[in-house]
Amino acid sequence: MLERSSRAAFAAALALLAALAGGAALAADPEVLLVIRNHRFEPAELKVPAGQRIKLVVHNQDATPEEFESHSLNREKIIPGGARATLYIGPLKPGRYAFVGEYNEATAKGAVVAE
Amino acid sequence: MFATALIVFRESLEAALFVGIVAAAARDLPGRFRWLVGGVGAGVLGAALLALLAQHLSGWLDGFGQDAVNIGVLSLALALLLWHCIWVSAHAREMAVDARRLGHSVQQGEHPPRALLVVVALAVLREGAETVLFVSGSLGGSGAHPAAVLLSGALGLGAGALVGLGIYLGLSRIPARHVFSATNALMALLAASLASQLARAMTQAGLVDSGIGPLWDSSRWLSPDSALGTLLHALVGYDARPSAVQLASYLAVLALITVGTRLLRPAARTAAAA
Repeated sequence: MLERSSRAAFAAALALLAALAGGAALAADPEVLLVIRNHRFEPAELKVPAGQRIKLVVHNQDATPEEFESHSLNREKIIPGGARATLYIGPLKPGRYAFVGEYNEATAKGAVVAE
Repeated sequence: MFATALIVFRESLEAALFVGIVAAAARDLPGRFRWLVGGVGAGVLGAALLALLAQHLSGWLDGFGQDAVNIGVLSLALALLLWHCIWVSAHAREMAVDARRLGHSVQQGEHPPRALLVVVALAVLREGAETVLFVSGSLGGSGAHPAAVLLSGALGLGAGALVGLGIYLGLSRIPARHVFSATNALMALLAASLASQLARAMTQAGLVDSGIGPLWDSSRWLSPDSALGTLLHALVGYDARPSAVQLASYLAVLALITVGTRLLRPAARTAAAA
C-alpha cells in the first residue's frame, strides 16, 4: 500500500523533472545591448518592456573580466575581457531592477527599468 | 582589497562545504584523504583550463557557451549526487545490516564512493573557474598591486576552507550511528540546491520559461549578501527571489530522494535477511 503510493509519487517527481527539462517557447524576444567600458555600464539605465522576456547582450569592452550580477533580476554571468555574453531576463513586472558589475562594484552600477 | 577576499570567499564557500560534508560522509574509509585531494586537484586543474578557455567559450552558441558548460556540469553533478543519495545510501544500509550480522566492520574492504569523487571535482571546477577568472583579471587590471591581490585571494580561499573544515569537524563529533543520517540529509539538500541552480541556469539561457516575477522576495529579511544568507545559499540553496521553476525543481529532487530511498529500503532489508 505504502509502496504503491511511493511509486506513484516517484513517477510524478520524474514527470515533473522531465517537464522542467522540456524546451520553452522560441518566440522572438526583444534584444537589448549593454556595454561595459572603463568598469561602467553604458547605458546605465536600460528601458525594457514589462511582461516580456528580454534577451540581454552584454559586451565587455574592457580587458578584464566582469560579472553581471543582479539580485533583483536573479541573474549572474561572467563576461571575460573583450567578450560578449547573452542572457535572458524577465518577464518583469513594471519597476526598477538594479544590477552591478561584481568585480568593480564601486563604478559598475546600472538598472533595468521595466515599463 | 577587502572586496577581493570577500568575492573569493563567496566563490570558495560552496565547494568547501561540499568537500567538508563528503569528507565526513566518507569517514572511516581507507585512503579517503588521498581520493578527496585527487578530486579537489582534478577540479582545480579543470577550473584553470575552463578559465583559460573562458574567452572563446563565452562567444559560443550565440553568447550562451558558458551557460551550456554550466548546465552540463550542474546536470552531471546532480545526476551523480542523486544516484549516490538514492542508490548508494540504500546499498550502504544493506551492507551495514550484513556487516552487523556477520560481526564485521561496516567499512571493511569498501571502495571510496567514486561518484562523490566526481561530484567534489565538479563543485571545485564550477566555483574555481570563476575564482581563477576573477583573480587573474584583477592581476591584469590597473591599480591593484599583484601581491596584494594574491594575498587577499589567499585570505578569501583560506576563510572558505576554514568553513569547510568547520562543518567537517562539526559532523565528526556526531556519534557514528547518526553521522550517515546527517550527511545524507545534507547531501540531499545539496542535490536540491543544485537542481534549483540548474533551473535558474536554464532560465537564464532561455531554455526554460520562468513565470512573471519571483515566487517571493525575502531579501529584506535575509539578504543574499549577508553572511547568513551566503552560508545558507551554499548549504541549502537559499534564494531570496526564487522562480516557480526553481522551487519546483528543488522540491522534486527532495521528493525523488525521499521516495526513492524508501522504495529501495525494503528490498535491501529482504536481501540482507535472505
